[in-house]
Amino acid sequence: MEKFDAIVVGAGPAGCAAAYTMAKAGLTVLVLERGKYTGAKNMWGGAFFGPVMGEIFPEFRKEAPVERFINRHIISFMTKEDCLSIDFKSYHGDEGSSPGFIMLRAKFDRWMSTKVEQAGAILATGLEVTDFIFDGSRVAGVKVGTEEFPGNVVILTDGANSLLAKKAGLRDDYKAPDLKQGVKEIIKLPREVIEDRFGVSGSEGVVMEFVGACTKGLPGGGFIYTNQESLSVGVVVQLSALLENNVKASDLIEDFKEHPSVRPLIRNGETVEYSAHLIPVSGVAMMPRLYSGGILVAGDAAAMVLGTGLILEGANLAMAAGIAAGNTVIGAKALNDFSALALSQYESLLKESFVMKDLQTFRRAPHFLENPRIYNDYPEWTCAMMRGIFNSTGKARRNILEVVKESMKGKIGLMQLVGDTLKARKAI
Amino acid sequence: MKIEDKLSLNKFDIDREVHIRVDEEKCKECRLKPCLYACPAECYVERGGRVVFSYEGCLECGSCRFSCKKGAIDWVNPRGGFGISYQFG
Ligand SMILES: Cc1cc2nc3c(=O)[nH]c(=O)nc-3n(C[C@H](O)[C@H](O)[C@H](O)COP(=O)(O)OP(=O)(O)OC[C@H]3O[C@@H](n4cnc5c(N)ncnc54)[C@H](O)[C@@H]3O)c2cc1C
Ligand code: SF4
Ligand code: SF4
Repeated sequence: MEKFDAIVVGAGPAGCAAAYTMAKAGLTVLVLERGKYTGAKNMWGGAFFGPVMGEIFPEFRKEAPVERFINRHIISFMTKEDCLSIDFKSYHGDEGSSPGFIMLRAKFDRWMSTKVEQAGAILATGLEVTDFIFDGSRVAGVKVGTEEFPGNVVILTDGANSLLAKKAGLRDDYKAPDLKQGVKEIIKLPREVIEDRFGVSGSEGVVMEFVGACTKGLPGGGFIYTNQESLSVGVVVQLSALLENNVKASDLIEDFKEHPSVRPLIRNGETVEYSAHLIPVSGVAMMPRLYSGGILVAGDAAAMVLGTGLILEGANLAMAAGIAAGNTVIGAKALNDFSALALSQYESLLKESFVMKDLQTFRRAPHFLENPRIYNDYPEWTCAMMRGIFNSTGKARRNILEVVKESMKGKIGLMQLVGDTLKARKAI
Repeated sequence: MKIEDKLSLNKFDIDREVHIRVDEEKCKECRLKPCLYACPAECYVERGGRVVFSYEGCLECGSCRFSCKKGAIDWVNPRGGFGISYQFG
């Protein structure tokens, strides 16, 4: 068997970015993907943020299978019977210049992996890497069942449910409190209906995030993203909270779709797919060792996900980390040194990039976001306050401060509110 | 919408080889049965006090792997190319 400069395990955003970077520099690269085709095993909310896509694929605005460009964000607190939203619309430049855009994984991954092949890498789908070839303690390639593929370096980008990071000795298995489970339906609707209901035109798009009753008050949230001719509707919940509270995500998404503020948005839509996936959400606290002799790990397999409560970013961090891993291997190849010491360059590159900087800045966010008041008391309180303000009882009106005080009663203490605000300032 | 109806919309290439095995002996002593709440595809169901598992609708998320404290779940991916193939994702 030919020995490759690098073997990439998994053709998601991290793996494709790494493979593309190396293949373009002339290295021999093999990418192995367990799905029948690239993207087959993957799902996400669907919003890609930031300039990293343009840095690696300058032509992406013309080429990538973008569903819609994001120009509207709606964040909502919901109780069983209310929904209080902040609705932000932004019209700077033309729609195509928006920094965020919505894509679906089956198309996105296939587009990216085609770029990888065009750059000269070999892509093999339908093959699951099951183990490593070891040379002493150093990784020297991968195994697919009994078949061996030798390589100077393995880049491990096998995602949140990585079985291989542990086998490589980089970390223990993740734990339920550090994981969120996402479930989602693709609901088909005609393009004009989506544009009318969501107040967008052309290629404009909306991302909606919901906090509160959609997860029965458990840490997590609901989301609706607009695709061209469908909606992505889903719920994300801390896995350990599901287990401890005997709640199923499959029930939560049904309740979410029935909520009076959601039902009219999806009316007459046809569900065409149901998907589920894990997300590692504890950031730096759960990060593994990022390299050892002959191996680097990037993306969800290394917990490179940024969740601040208002946004969830993983694909852009995965791509940036993949580029850093690829560049590290290009440097190692030039010196023909693939030892842990040579590969430590990867960590330095990550620290200089937004990946580690953002994860450091928001290192307190995961713990902060476990505060149950965010998902119970605050939605209840803010919605009660709005009800109070808008309610007309025929009696003399009270001033707003009194309505606010009244709505807090039995729900939230002033000291708690001050404490949580201070914590929020530090965390997010 | 019932879970069976939802799963029937998905594209699966179901392997004859079972990729997740549950040791039902261990389940007998399990009171809380957290696997029931882990699985978004409801592959784990309770029937007459027993947990019954079927692998066909598995979405390969891995959640059940992190739910069982008794080591009753032997979990691997389906063989390459088999299992779920999302059309949208
Ligand atoms: C519900 C949900 C919503 C999300 N929303 C967003 C969002 O809006 N924006 C955002 O930026 N991020 C979002 N994310 C996170 C984002 O999807 C991930 O961070 C990103 O996909 C990580 O990329 P990756 O390449 O590391 O892993 P993945 O995309 O998971 O890719 C891993 C690949 O490896 C393959 N693989 C696994 N094991 C093997 C093996 N043994 N052999 C061969 N191949 C293997 C898999 O089939 C897969 O193709 C969301 C995630 C979820 C679950
Ligand atoms: S949690 Fe484990 S031991 Fe308990 S019922 Fe489920 S599979 Fe069996
Ligand atoms: S991997 Fe996910 S979908 Fe499959 S049985 Fe386990 S929990 Fe259910």
